[in-house]
Amino acid sequence: MAPDIGRVDLKIHPELVAEILCRFIRNEIHRAGFERAVVGLSGGIDSSVVTYLATRSLGAENVLAVTMPYKTSSEATQRDSQAVVDELGVQTVEIPITEQIDAYFARFSDASQMRLANKCARERMTVLYDQSAAFKALVAGTSNKSELLLGYGTQFGDMASAVNPIGDLYKTQLYQLAAHLGVPEQILGKTPTGDLWIGQTDEDELGFSYDEVDRMLVLMVDRRWRRAELIRAGFDPKFVDRVAVMIRRNHYKRRMPVIAKLSHRTMDRDFRYARDWGT
Amino acid sequence: MAADSQSAESPDDSAVSRGEGGNVLRVAMAQISPVLGDRERNLALHEQQIEAARRRQADLIVFPELSLTGYFVRDMVPDLALDPAGPEIGRLIEAAGATSLVAGLVEESPQHRFFNAAFYAEGGRIIHLHRKVYLPTYGLFDEQRYFAPGERIEAFDTARFGRVGILICEDFWHISAAAIMQAEEVDLLICAANSPSRGVNGPKVRTAETYEQIAKVFAQLLGAVVVLVNRVGFEDGLCFWGGSMVVGPDGHTIAQAPMLDEALTVAAFDAADLRRQRLITPLSRDERLLVTIEELNRIKRRRYGT
Repeated sequence: MAPDIGRVDLKIHPELVAEILCRFIRNEIHRAGFERAVVGLSGGIDSSVVTYLATRSLGAENVLAVTMPYKTSSEATQRDSQAVVDELGVQTVEIPITEQIDAYFARFSDASQMRLANKCARERMTVLYDQSAAFKALVAGTSNKSELLLGYGTQFGDMASAVNPIGDLYKTQLYQLAAHLGVPEQILGKTPTGDLWIGQTDEDELGFSYDEVDRMLVLMVDRRWRRAELIRAGFDPKFVDRVAVMIRRNHYKRRMPVIAKLSHRTMDRDFRYARDWGT
Repeated sequence: MAADSQSAESPDDSAVSRGEGGNVLRVAMAQISPVLGDRERNLALHEQQIEAARRRQADLIVFPELSLTGYFVRDMVPDLALDPAGPEIGRLIEAAGATSLVAGLVEESPQHRFFNAAFYAEGGRIIHLHRKVYLPTYGLFDEQRYFAPGERIEAFDTARFGRVGILICEDFWHISAAAIMQAEEVDLLICAANSPSRGVNGPKVRTAETYEQIAKVFAQLLGAVVVLVNRVGFEDGLCFWGGSMVVGPDGHTIAQAPMLDEALTVAAFDAADLRRQRLITPLSRDERLLVTIEELNRIKRRRYGT
């Protein structure tokens, strides 16, 4: 059991955060020449918060919530997504991905659960990007800071987006924001799951709770506590080391593909421009 | 642009303090959101703001740091650099007419060094150029990669505002810079900033709170009016918080622009406030500059051996 510290560092002021994030969404989408956003809605807290923020900043008519169930997706996923759509009045479309996923894996019947999960995440990404072209919108990302740090996401899958309003918020901070935004109680109360296979939950798969890991992450990453300091504060050395390794090993997911340097100016190394260059 | 920034009459014009003196000075804070890397559009934005400030009888208009280029200029630095004596700045000075002007630019020296700089113009010419001394290169900042550091922190005499000093953003966080400005006996201390938001655990952005504290403390310790002008808008996910303010020599906020929104906010104050405050708290009078110099020399010998 992790010690009871780090909570105060995770406290956010939800009104201020919502204000900044709504302006961020509007600003980034408008400066790219768009008015609208597409969100892959799963009925979980992350995509629900992003849908609420996008609606608040762009208006319901400018938000398309795309649900992309696979045959094993739970009923709760569908029900909770619908609750968000009903509450906000955003546009919505359901695009099941079962057919294409099953057609592909018919050739690889021995594929692992992980391969299936990653393929589903990447299939959803291609659907979202295609829908964004049809809706003349940008894809709003739904990866939070806990997932990004732990590498708990599929590269070029759910981690892909044009703008991500929640990537600097830990999972436990998202709950504070969600409550302020009025995300339905049934979503706030449920166990986090990627719904990747039947009965899957994030915390079972990770082996620790978001509450535990966020309190350590905020000290380790944001406050730059050292290993010995975390252990002295009561965190299990095995837990500290395991999380540190996850952060390091998954760093590649947070970066552009590595490019072999040959010239004097190479993308992302010494060809340095802001993404918002010229806008 | 925010609609209210164009209005001739604005409710945000601060009240002038009562009493003798009657030399009312009006400072316009141009809290803008520059276009990143588009000098032409930024020049047009400056002209628009200058015109609005003139309509509101501002004696001085202050723009934020790097107001002509935006903040994350990186590899654009050589493409965006200007000669302060060149036609672009000339255009702005001419547009300002009788209104004094402070704006931020990438300055290229004749030796092709690039500086994060801000100039003060009055009477149709630049009378002072400050080159940012403290270039933050930590956390999200990488200024030393692109800019050469300035080497002077000095004040200058103006026609209307007495002795004035300019600092740029990070300069303002160095107590030594404020101490030099106190020794320079400034009446008005200007800080042109591009401060991004960090820290969201309270109702106000944490960086904004700290900036306000510094502005209020420096105003009181220097017995000077402090003008802090920060930009708004986003660059690569960073949110600049605005909240530009003018603080009187007693530490009281004379006027403050809104957080996060573009605005042209005019603060009016009575120059006699400086005299009154310095009678109440004569810190600058009592400053022992020679003691400071001696102590600094002693520390210099200890730390550098010379």
